Amino acid sequence: MSNLKYRLLIIGVLIAASVAALWPRTTIERVEHDGVFSYDTVKRFPLKRGLDLRGGMHMALEVDQSQGTVADPADAIARAERVVRSRIDEFGVAEPLVQRVGETRLIVELPGIDDPERAIEVVQQSAFLQFQITDRTQALERVAPRLDAIARELNLTAGSTAGGDTAPSSPIGIEGLLQADSSADSTAADTDSTAAPQASSGPFQRSLQTGQIPGQFFVSANDEPLIRTLLAREEIRNALPPGKQVKWGADSMLLGADFYRPLYVLDSRPIITGEYLVDARPNQDGLQGTVVEFQLNNEGGRRFRTETGRHVGDYMAIVLDDRVMSAPVIQSAIGTRGQITLGGSTLQEAQDLALVLRAGSLPVPLSVVDLREIGPSLGQDAVQQGISAGILGVILVVIIMIGYYRFSGFLAVIGLGMFTLFTLAMLAGLDAVLTLPGIAGFVLSIGMAVDANFLIFERIREELEAGRTVRAAVDSGFHNALSAIIDSNVTTALTAAVLYQFGTGPVRGFAVTLMAGLAASMVTAIFVVRTLYLVWLSRQENPQTLSI
Amino acid sequence: MIRIFHNTKFDFLGKWRPAYTAMIVFIVPALVWILVSGFNYSVEFTGGSLMQVEFQEDQDVARVREALASAGVDGAELQSFGSDRELVIRASGAEDVARQAEGAEAVVATIRQALDQEFGEDSYEVIRTEAVGPRVGGELRRNAIIALLISFCVTLVYLAWRFEWRFGVAALVSTIADVLATAALIRYINLEVSLFVVGGILTVLGYSLNDKIVVFDRVRENLKKFQKEALPRLLNRSVNETLPRTVMTGTTTLATLSALLVFGGEVIRPFSIVLIFGILVGTFSSMFVAPAALLMIEKRWPHTIGARRDTADTVVPASS
Repeated sequence: MSNLKYRLLIIGVLIAASVAALWPRTTIERVEHDGVFSYDTVKRFPLKRGLDLRGGMHMALEVDQSQGTVADPADAIARAERVVRSRIDEFGVAEPLVQRVGETRLIVELPGIDDPERAIEVVQQSAFLQFQITDRTQALERVAPRLDAIARELNLTAGSTAGGDTAPSSPIGIEGLLQADSSADSTAADTDSTAAPQASSGPFQRSLQTGQIPGQFFVSANDEPLIRTLLAREEIRNALPPGKQVKWGADSMLLGADFYRPLYVLDSRPIITGEYLVDARPNQDGLQGTVVEFQLNNEGGRRFRTETGRHVGDYMAIVLDDRVMSAPVIQSAIGTRGQITLGGSTLQEAQDLALVLRAGSLPVPLSVVDLREIGPSLGQDAVQQGISAGILGVILVVIIMIGYYRFSGFLAVIGLGMFTLFTLAMLAGLDAVLTLPGIAGFVLSIGMAVDANFLIFERIREELEAGRTVRAAVDSGFHNALSAIIDSNVTTALTAAVLYQFGTGPVRGFAVTLMAGLAASMVTAIFVVRTLYLVWLSRQENPQTLSI
Repeated sequence: MIRIFHNTKFDFLGKWRPAYTAMIVFIVPALVWILVSGFNYSVEFTGGSLMQVEFQEDQDVARVREALASAGVDGAELQSFGSDRELVIRASGAEDVARQAEGAEAVVATIRQALDQEFGEDSYEVIRTEAVGPRVGGELRRNAIIALLISFCVTLVYLAWRFEWRFGVAALVSTIADVLATAALIRYINLEVSLFVVGGILTVLGYSLNDKIVVFDRVRENLKKFQKEALPRLLNRSVNETLPRTVMTGTTTLATLSALLVFGGEVIRPFSIVLIFGILVGTFSSMFVAPAALLMIEKRWPHTIGARRDTADTVVPASS
């Protein structure tokens, strides 16, 4: 009798623990209150629905090594994770997930989002902000003939022969195009005249039109691809003036009849970078269109003041992700505040830029290696279908069990109810997410749970047939079926474990539910149903028949 | 008490020849087919992009195709899905996959732009997108094969420990045959091999092995109980004794899976098909293939199981 009491006690504890595991919990989560997202404590049912059941976007990111190898991608992705997380937190989505998977991969999951392109942009943007002084020394003009010589050696002077007639015989300089006033930098005019005689001698001297400010050139849309190709070549890069960098402007502009893109020659050493930035806000300025105003911390402000003080009268290029956004003149020393002009961009773009600037720059470029998006309607359908299939499956099992095994089948159905409770509780305890494959795994583990019951019941039938008493038949039925149940469950669990180890996302969900289901089915079939039998037997004096 | 297949005396071992022939006839042509042209892999494995869109109104597939072609996605396959309003666009040609090397979103973004331009941004809704870079695809394929091989090894070791190596090999060989037959079905009906389907194959592996273990567990027990009985008879006895359980479990599992097949929706359907077939084959081979395999192994390498038993002539499967 006391044995039975212990058994009932254990079952009671298991049920209590399961209910506790499934009880709504208080967790801290990013939630929305009237359009504002913040971390807050919420009470919710512990089992969350996965993206396939609620809709949303999933992406996997890796370090982009196409622009040059990264020495330690694992470390880089760990640092990138922090930046991506803080960006995603501000992105405006409830319950986002940012997680590192393996050594070099980052997973971002955004439930219920409907603009994947914007999300990719926000996650991927490097947001590396630099302020660099434009070159005043005509460094590029001086090396242009050499660059052209190298270009000729490389045979990359496309257009110089065929286009000889169509290309302007001498660059007229952008002042000419704009009819700029004569206050334009005299050095530019000098360059103009010196460059003219050699105009047709190479792509650089031919294509680079002196711009409005020192260190600025304009390249026509026709010549841009060639110059880009040349600047990407190592031979050319090595021949660029030391201590200088060449960077393209962000927007091209219409000058006369053609589009031109500005190319800047900058001092390599940035006077300051975005690491000192503490705040960035979008704004709309009547004169300059959309801008992002930023604020530096005290140390950054001090440096900025010193540096800009030294460079009064120079032009300062604001470089974001290696593209020059604008290059205003420094009129006086600037302290902690500044702004980035975005021209014709929308306020949304300015908001996103401010967001990524606040979150800090990515240590390495990231590329998307896997992208999945599930519309909310598909998820809704899947839930409906999963539920109806599940209910129907359960009904069929109940009919078969009670129809075939009668009273014993009824005990097994009670066991099956507990099996469901235990499985869900285990999944909640493991913080598993309910997914479609997970539901499939659950349905399958119902099959396994039922199998254990069949093994036992068939065994009891055999024992009864062999002439044993009901009590003895139940005992040896459970006892003899045990080895088959354990061996078959363990092998299936091993397969599930291998699946978990080597699978990704959906397969893992399947493996986890299958494993939880197997564990629960062993407990219910071997222990719970046995106890139910013992309860029944304890109420009978000397049972002659068993409904099985 | 309702009893099915009670006290049966079927000669399962005697039918080994037709059973093996049926398996081989089913499997071998498919294997050749698979070796020649592989499977119909989903974009998860090949890399590439898949996009399911629902238009507000019926759309002419040719017009969509043209819009995509002019945007540079000309290798895309288009397939209407349910109605003429829903369309699955799949771009998994070598060129499209290569474009996704630097960013998996490249082709999907192009498709969206093309649709925006041709039909307007609000005229359609994206229901599902999958864009997989080439490296991830290859990785998944490799992982799936590794998972399969490792689970073979792990279960073999477990069975060798719990039973004896002959049992382990026999169970594994017949399970592999079941997995191959399932793969053959996938080839015959040209089912798309997705991650989910691979999961289904691995489940078939687990289930089929489970079935063989139940039978062999009974063999193990009977070997102790009937020490004088010739092995073929003993095997037949064991299969017959476990037959009610085999049939009941098979029926119940098939019932739940049929519910999944009919009501589980489009996404689960391939998985259900794979499992239903796998369970049918697995049940069949637990009765006709696995015991005969054990017998053949025992005949070839006689030792523990047959040590106390009659001489080799009774061990030969009774051929008709």
